[in-house]
Amino acid sequence: MSSDTAATPPASSGGVADGRSSMTVVPVRHPWRWMASVGILVLAAMLFNTLVFSHLTRGGTREGRFQWGVVNQYLFDAPIMRGVLVTLELTVIAMAVGVSLGILLAIMRLSANRLLSGAAWLYIWFFRGTPVLVQLTFWYVGISYLYPHLTLGVPFGTALWTFNSTTLITAFVAGALGLSLNEGAYMSEIVRAGIIAVDEGQSEAAASLGMSRSQTLRRIVLPQAMRVIIPPTGNETISMLKTTSLVSAIAVTDLFQATQNVSNANYQVVPLLLVASLWYLFFTSLLTIGQYYVERYYARGASRQLPPTPFQRLTSALRRERPAAPVAPLTEIPWVAPHD
Amino acid sequence: MVEARGVRKSFGRLEVLKGIDLTVGRGEVLCLIGPSGSGKSTFLRCINHLEKIDGGTLAVDGELVGYRQSGYRLHELRDREVCASRALIGMVFQRFNLFPHLSVLDNVMAGPLWVKRAPTGPTKTRAAELLERVGLADKLASYPNQLSGGQQQRVAIARALAMDPKLMLFDEPTSALDPELVGDVLDVMKDLAASGMTMIVVTHEMGFAKEVADTVVFMDNGHVVESGAPGQVLVEPAHERTRSFLAKVL
Ligand SMILES: Nc1ncnc2c1ncn2[C@@H]1O[C@H](COP(=O)(O)OP(=O)(O)OP(=O)(O)O)[C@@H](O)[C@H]1O
Ligand SMILES: [Mg+2]
Repeated sequence: MSSDTAATPPASSGGVADGRSSMTVVPVRHPWRWMASVGILVLAAMLFNTLVFSHLTRGGTREGRFQWGVVNQYLFDAPIMRGVLVTLELTVIAMAVGVSLGILLAIMRLSANRLLSGAAWLYIWFFRGTPVLVQLTFWYVGISYLYPHLTLGVPFGTALWTFNSTTLITAFVAGALGLSLNEGAYMSEIVRAGIIAVDEGQSEAAASLGMSRSQTLRRIVLPQAMRVIIPPTGNETISMLKTTSLVSAIAVTDLFQATQNVSNANYQVVPLLLVASLWYLFFTSLLTIGQYYVERYYARGASRQLPPTPFQRLTSALRRERPAAPVAPLTEIPWVAPHD
Repeated sequence: MVEARGVRKSFGRLEVLKGIDLTVGRGEVLCLIGPSGSGKSTFLRCINHLEKIDGGTLAVDGELVGYRQSGYRLHELRDREVCASRALIGMVFQRFNLFPHLSVLDNVMAGPLWVKRAPTGPTKTRAAELLERVGLADKLASYPNQLSGGQQQRVAIARALAMDPKLMLFDEPTSALDPELVGDVLDVMKDLAASGMTMIVVTHEMGFAKEVADTVVFMDNGHVVESGAPGQVLVEPAHERTRSFLAKVL
């Protein structure tokens, strides 16, 4: 049987199938969807036009409204790239410390020991209750004001090491510290929600096999909690990438400060804001893609069959195969003959 | 194998176990029956120290559960010692409680690998054998939620057996299952009983109790009302309370 006759029912098939194949199916029409689509296309065309083709006369010279030339000139400029690096470093440090601290605080809060859970509660209360900008400024100027010398040694006893606070806590260290400690408070609530979401029967089953509490947490509870933890953690990471721009207030030359430095010198404020935005957008896009795959990894065992990734869909479309159906069909539909 | 003398347990002001006495010999199968809320699950959970008892004594294989005796003193066991004693007792739950993020094979390997720190190769062979024994040789790579309830419960049994327990506890292993899946699980349990495993089974399957149990214990409201051979307790019970319960479930 050739593929163009694929929809013809086999001669032997019975009543309903025959009836259906010999009639014309009229699909439901959606006029409002059509009108909305046309509206969106018009708006998209206008946006494209103003971004690319529209011009303006500024100070007697006629130039592109968005000055993409200037944007292009600074996008990969060395000082900007150094700023990009600082922003990435701060994001990675703050999230790494924040997640570790968050796990620790979450476990403390869920502990049966009142002192531990109380301490964690107090930490979260304090760091969620004050603005990050205030915390950052505090770490930068407040610490060396309150404690000009930091010492390492026996509590209430002899000091083994003494540091000068201003040399130890540079602007970058203050920024990393402030962002990390603040993030720890938020992450702990996310981790705690994930741990609570895992059925208690899981811990009981693990205990009945003889697993210790820490093994149960590491092997059984946390991997399952990940499914709940990952999506908001992705949000936090994306949010952190942008929140790092606050360190420009404590004299750290991050991406945003780097673009500010340039525009303070050449007055090209908007093009340099575009430079910063393009870089932020680029990294948040990367993070979004990364998050998709991490979520997929932790969905093992939770959804019966994972839907194909966009990449898999693309490759199977190129091979002119249909992507695997999420759920195997229960019965063959009688009036569609297999392609052969 | 299990000795309970006057075991008491309360949750807050609610006394759930009011002095339980029973004995299970090595290789024996004891079926625990009784109405909902009578404390059957709580008693099972006390045996492997998922709950702490408030009074009486409870011993498994001659060792007190949760305590070490020296002279006239009882020392509470450390967490590590509790884990070690739990490792010798297998437990099967009503709702299976398989680890959903691990494949069937990994579920069965989890105990030996992480608790006993057994080598991977032999553990894998043994796990595959156990899964074959419960009729799931073709499901090693599946994840728990790709299995039917009956299959999941059989994996749970294999998972418990992988630790080579000397005692198996079953808490209503078939009551979350569709009727046509119950038989497969009961067959596995019958096999296990025939192989000489000591078992305590909380169940509403009176047919299973009659066929397999050495002793049937009827519990009500935190007390053991009567116990004896299945032919006696299930067929000609001495107590009115047992009679009215059996009339309802049979
Ligand atoms: N963790 C707990 N906290 C408070 N009360 C509890 C707890 N666990 C059980 N109980 C109570 O103890 C009583 C006995 O519960 P248990 O689960 O042992 O009954 P059961 O005989 O197993 O009943 P079923 O046949 O319904 O499973 C019930 O009244 C229950 O509400
Ligand atoms: Mg119960």
